[in-house]
Amino acid sequence: MSEPAYKLKIRNLRKTYGPVIALADANVDMREGEFLTLLGPSGSGKTTMLMAVAGLLQPDGGEVWIDGRLATYMPPNKRDIGMVFQNYALFPHLTVAENIAFPLRMRKVDEATIKKEVTRVLDVVRLPQVAERQPRQLSGGQQQRIALARCIVYKPSIILMDEPLGALDKKLRDQMQLEIKHLAVQLGITVLYVTHDQEEALVMSDRICLMNDGEIEQLGTPDELYFRPTSVFAADFLGESNLIKATVSAVDGSAVTLKAPGGAIVRAAPSRFEVRPGQQVTFMVRPENVHLLNPGDKTDNEVSVKLDDVVLVGQVTKAYAKLGGETKLSSTQLTRVGAKMPKSGEEVRFGWSVDATVLVAEKRPGAAA
Amino acid sequence: MTTLNQMRAVHGDKVYKPRPGWHAGLPLVPVFIFLALFFFFPVIQLLSLSVQTKGELSGIHYLRLVESDVYVRSLLITLKVAFYTTLICVVAAYPLAYMLATASGQTRNSLILWVLMPFWTSFLVRTFAWLVLLGRHGPLNKYLIELGLLSEPLEFFNMLGTMIGMVHALMPLAVMTMLSVMETIDANLPKAAATLGARGGQAFWRIYFPLSLPGLAAGGLLVFITALGFFITPTILGGGRIMMIAQLIIEQVEQLLNWGFAGAIALLLLLTALVVFYLYDRLLGMSTLSGSGAADRSGAGLGSNPIGKAGVWIGGIFINAIGWVCDRFGELVEVVRPIRPDRPRKTMSRTVMWITGITILVFLSAPSFFVVPVSFTGGGFLEWPPQGFSTRWYDLVFESATWRAAGIRSFSVGVISALLAMAISVPAAFVLTRQRLKGRTLYMSLLLSPLIIPRILIAVALFYSYAYADRFLQIGLIGSSLGLVLGHAMLAVPYVVVTVMAVLKNYDYRLDQAAWSLGANKARTLWHITFPLIRAGLLAAFLFAFVTSFDELTIALFVSGGLATTLPKQMWDDALLKVSPGLAAASTLILIFVTSMIFLAEFLRRKAAKS
Ligand SMILES: Nc1ncnc2c1ncn2[C@@H]1O[C@H](COP(=O)(O)OP(=O)(O)OP(=O)(O)O)[C@@H](O)[C@H]1O
Ligand SMILES: [Mg+2]
Repeated sequence: MSEPAYKLKIRNLRKTYGPVIALADANVDMREGEFLTLLGPSGSGKTTMLMAVAGLLQPDGGEVWIDGRLATYMPPNKRDIGMVFQNYALFPHLTVAENIAFPLRMRKVDEATIKKEVTRVLDVVRLPQVAERQPRQLSGGQQQRIALARCIVYKPSIILMDEPLGALDKKLRDQMQLEIKHLAVQLGITVLYVTHDQEEALVMSDRICLMNDGEIEQLGTPDELYFRPTSVFAADFLGESNLIKATVSAVDGSAVTLKAPGGAIVRAAPSRFEVRPGQQVTFMVRPENVHLLNPGDKTDNEVSVKLDDVVLVGQVTKAYAKLGGETKLSSTQLTRVGAKMPKSGEEVRFGWSVDATVLVAEKRPGAAA
Repeated sequence: MTTLNQMRAVHGDKVYKPRPGWHAGLPLVPVFIFLALFFFFPVIQLLSLSVQTKGELSGIHYLRLVESDVYVRSLLITLKVAFYTTLICVVAAYPLAYMLATASGQTRNSLILWVLMPFWTSFLVRTFAWLVLLGRHGPLNKYLIELGLLSEPLEFFNMLGTMIGMVHALMPLAVMTMLSVMETIDANLPKAAATLGARGGQAFWRIYFPLSLPGLAAGGLLVFITALGFFITPTILGGGRIMMIAQLIIEQVEQLLNWGFAGAIALLLLLTALVVFYLYDRLLGMSTLSGSGAADRSGAGLGSNPIGKAGVWIGGIFINAIGWVCDRFGELVEVVRPIRPDRPRKTMSRTVMWITGITILVFLSAPSFFVVPVSFTGGGFLEWPPQGFSTRWYDLVFESATWRAAGIRSFSVGVISALLAMAISVPAAFVLTRQRLKGRTLYMSLLLSPLIIPRILIAVALFYSYAYADRFLQIGLIGSSLGLVLGHAMLAVPYVVVTVMAVLKNYDYRLDQAAWSLGANKARTLWHITFPLIRAGLLAAFLFAFVTSFDELTIALFVSGGLATTLPKQMWDDALLKVSPGLAAASTLILIFVTSMIFLAEFLRRKAAKS
């Protein structure tokens, strides 16, 4: 067996609602134990993909393979999945223990084993004392953990979560992010997770699947997505970015040379799509990689600008300028005691490295023009 | 006041709200005086009358009740009719309510209108429509014979017709009660059950059904209690073969003028209702009747009393058994029709549910319209199909002084009683939503009690009190419009209170606070801010009250004398005397009028919901 064990394979999955294409030919593979997050703005098709995997909606085309078995049109109860809903969907008329026992009962597990297993998972989520309570007597975070316990108790091939932390306040959310992540690693479970919060996606995921308008924009590790976005959308969606239009003047093995607005020459890391001299392109550089140069400092790329605004926003200070009178360029510096910051109106030099200069496609690579 | 404002300023969001002083409850006074005069006092007076003969304390009326088996038999018939009506209503209403609860927003709103329409179309018109439909030569018999299902006309005017009429009359109540509970059930729960491994049937019976059970029980209870007091349907559709308790009461009052004995029978009816309430409370808890969410009513905490325990235990066995059957059945289906992972599957169950639901909906809304074609007949009798086309019966109605007077009286009594009910109930609704009064629950149940006491009892009691007032105080309320207005306003009080409270619950109180902070005094705030914002809700409450009065027969039957008749009373008298197409014409006119009122109310409700 040379092929790695895929827990989930999605092939050309499609779903339309009348004229709306909710999901367009999606392809995703998930390895065992992987934590993959679907990230994207509202209406980008995250829930649609998740529901198709869960069997709660029937796709118009394509295939879903769960643990090596074709499951595209299997009813939810026949596929080996678990799902955590945003509002937890705990059964209000059953106690916590009965909630957790429910999937085992459906699988006709004997009562003695059920009892043992319920106790075991309640220990795993560190809530052994709430077994006989009604779900509504629990706090939000506790309900969340019980919902998770109800899934892990029957060891499904893959656990699906649709914005499970959406209803919690910021502090609890941060805490639960780490807790879920640790549980997933500790138990080796495969998780397909949905969020529209980029920070949450970066914290929790092994890989992120960035979605836009029903299509997969980019799929990769958080590092890849952050440092090497492939498209304008990806660069813009995660973190802050300077997106600058430029003309290619030369291409060689180690770098692409560009002519930026205002005439500055900028060298960018080698492109992942084909570029020719004379072509219009967009490059991205993150504000935190744009440094304020002291006299005598040297870097790969540098431009002279007049500062429009300097704003202290807490732990960072942001400096805004324009390139060639039009294109915005900003730089973010850590705010430190004693660090000398220029004033607005001052002439300064901004500098950044070749590695931090990434060519991004206007449209998703491979998308129809 | 200034100190309070300062405290608000200091505490920011957390407004310190002390329990209000005694004067905060003042707006409740008018409505309670009113109810005391026209509801509590008459009812108590009637019941006390039942333990008196010639001013002396005596149990003679009750002895008479048990001496002859006429009354016990009638009580048994009443219970039987009410029981079967409830059973059929609940069984048929459930799929319809389920369909409505699971339909998408827009579809649901339009479908609900079709449930509400029969609810509000004149009760007499509907009963009358059945009279047309079920007649020996009516459309139903005709088609059944044409289809070869019957060889000769079936006699419907007995228990069968009574049951059909009552089920038709009461099912909307069951549907709406169930729907109000089903709407609070989280749509994710059945989905969650499915992902956890439950088959469709299992997910429904183990998760959805138990959560909807309180609605089913509450619907059943309301239908049963209301059915106990029915007399219109059994009189018109029973063919003289069905004698329910309420009919006996009317007989005692109208023909024998035996108040004490009527009171005794009424007490029997009331006691029956109270026993049912008690059992219900033991079994499911009274809180299920008020508007809390499904999660709060799921039977937790009922294990404390023996009846409740038994209920929970039997329920558990039932659910397990039916879950088991569903599972076996599902397995069987999968053997016959294996699941294909590579092909979309068609779900039969939803189609079946929609067909069932729509059929029931047609049963609810279609019959009323049968009065329309019949009213245009050229012939002299109600017949199917109607002969030719003529408006002669409409001419007759329009030219008849009695019908005209009845129409005018019904309309004006409706408007004035609705205004009166609004005037006394709206302040009460305000106080009850906004002040944390001590004994709020008690006030609420007192205000709602006219809904729970059988209407026939209220009517007889009111009649007696009016007669009493006439004799001893020389206040002539019997046969006067004023007497009707007062009685109808009393019946409308609970509806207005509930509707206005619902509107106020959604009203953002901070808007008023903003107005005060901008310098408006309380009266101006009320006039310029609050009323304009809840105008649509107030209008809906008004229409509610109006329709209640416009369709009311029970009180009108006793209180309006031979001259001062209302439309329902006129129809009733006519129907008892001779059923003519003129009645169909009057029914059609009422149908059109009430239907437009409902659509108007619905239109206003949607407008209110949007703003
Ligand atoms: N039942 C439906 N009927 C019609 N259109 C739908 C339906 N469900 C989803 N859509 C449309 O499909 C698209 C994708 O929806 P989806 O719910 O998958 O988005 P999402 O990424 O989960 O968004 P959110 O972050 O808001 O949850 C949207 O344009 C949405 O309007
Ligand atoms: Mg979503």
